[in-house]
Amino acid sequence: MNEIINGLIKAIELIVTLDPEVIDITLLTLRISIASILITSLIFIPTGSLIHFHEFRGKRWLINIIQTLFALPTVVVGLLVFLLLSRAGPLGFLGFFFTPTGMVIGQVILIAPIMTGLTISALSGVDKTIRDTIVSLGATEFQAILATIKEARYAILAAVIAGYSRGISEVGAAMMIGGNIRGYTRVLTTAIALETSMGNIEFSLALGIILMSLAFVINIILNRVQQR
Amino acid sequence: MIEVKRLSKRYGEKEILKDVNLTIERGEIFTIIGPTGSGKTTLLRLIDLLDRPTSGDILFNGIDANASSKRRRETRRKMSMLFQKPALFKTGVYENVTYGLKFRGIDRHSIDEKVKHALDTVGLFDYAKRIAPTLSGGEAQRVALARAIVTEPEVLLLDEPTANLDPIATEKIEELIVHINREYRTTIIMATHDRIQGQRLADRIAVMMSGEIVQVGQPHEIFYSPKNREIARFVGVENIVPSVVESNDGGLAVVNIFGSNITVISTLKAGEGVLVCIRPEDIMISRETGKSSVRNVLKVKISKIVPLGPLVRVKTENSLVALITRQAAEDLQLNAGDEVYAKFKATSVHLACG
Repeated sequence: MNEIINGLIKAIELIVTLDPEVIDITLLTLRISIASILITSLIFIPTGSLIHFHEFRGKRWLINIIQTLFALPTVVVGLLVFLLLSRAGPLGFLGFFFTPTGMVIGQVILIAPIMTGLTISALSGVDKTIRDTIVSLGATEFQAILATIKEARYAILAAVIAGYSRGISEVGAAMMIGGNIRGYTRVLTTAIALETSMGNIEFSLALGIILMSLAFVINIILNRVQQR
Repeated sequence: MIEVKRLSKRYGEKEILKDVNLTIERGEIFTIIGPTGSGKTTLLRLIDLLDRPTSGDILFNGIDANASSKRRRETRRKMSMLFQKPALFKTGVYENVTYGLKFRGIDRHSIDEKVKHALDTVGLFDYAKRIAPTLSGGEAQRVALARAIVTEPEVLLLDEPTANLDPIATEKIEELIVHINREYRTTIIMATHDRIQGQRLADRIAVMMSGEIVQVGQPHEIFYSPKNREIARFVGVENIVPSVVESNDGGLAVVNIFGSNITVISTLKAGEGVLVCIRPEDIMISRETGKSSVRNVLKVKISKIVPLGPLVRVKTENSLVALITRQAAEDLQLNAGDEVYAKFKATSVHLACG
């Protein structure tokens, strides 16, 4: 019990004094998670829309597979990217292994199914009369897609929030792809895992509090946007 | 302006529309009445080119509207459709009305002018800044109407636009429909299951039953000369009695109902089997035979009297139904079991082919 209270005090101290290492780790975490959510949104919201707006054989199956991949274990993603990016892998020549870029790639793969799947359900949730109205008002196919996405924007934002939360909180892929290199690829989650195993409970707790606060702040911001 | 030719639509095994043929004239209010599930919505959706027919054509100003997707969109942009649900977009009232104009690439300045004019037309100019979900059902439907007319459509399609509204909101929408038709010469095609609404607004009416157009005509033709028993029942003819024409002397036919001969205006010849149709509001109830211009008098015994607001429904033992005013019923002091006279004019009776 004492340990936890001491940890909390130490944690607050580290945060308030703007400990340079804590700041570094936090900023890198933010950079990686924001980069991956932006990339994922740009690619996979349109992908989800494409799947939703087109009829093709095996569509039902594809959606089932995407939904199954919501539960994709982070270590499996780590392993996959490890095989691709490691020096001996097919993409080894890119030199992304043990770099923040590699970690972003891992997070994108991890978040992609959630973003795609939730985008599809967001669009399916748009009322049929709304969709008819859009077409009836003279929209071209492309205009109709944009208008439907606009109508589903709150639900799509929920997909972004879910994706971001999964990205910022995962540890398996970040550890395997980034390697937890101090000052280079060490993020909040990998730092917590390491510091805890080394017995630096206070430091771990401080990082944990920061991680939760980040998730909280981003959620508040996105919720604000959603309620407008 | 719009010609519907041999239009059919089936979903799987189910045939929703069967060989529908219609011609709609520019500037008229054309209502399609019929029971729920008779195919009215399906027909409107096909005319608005939202769905494709299984077979048959839709000609818009003589041109095949389904010829290509480009033609479908171009034609669709000359029309607007108002659905049973207002289906407003999750945004402001003003923004809602802009959609159709934005799809057409209209410049900002004209959009502003047109949107304000359309909101003014439906009486919601002051609502421009409101958010759609804060509106009442009637207001929401008026915004949807503004959104539909802002593009100045040649044809306005209305699918049960007042089915979910209270009587006051309904009246407002009906006023607007007539106003839009008169002011902008917009051709209006409206589907409704409410036959009275159909009659109130229409220049012409089509009756739809089980996916078929069974009769088209002016309101008085539909309501006073229904073609068959089903149409007669749907348009409120409660007295339908099978009989045979006894004689016809220069358009004045005699038929026998309930043991009495009655005179009817008809061209049907002696010997033809007919259905004698009389609207309940066209039957008068009286204590004496009297001497009046009314040609047909039947002696009847009242079996049941049911008050219906300002009217009273009188049913006789031989199942004749009359609708008279409450005042008339009180003056006559009618009671079940009374023997009275039912009177109706020769012109109030319609003979449908039996």
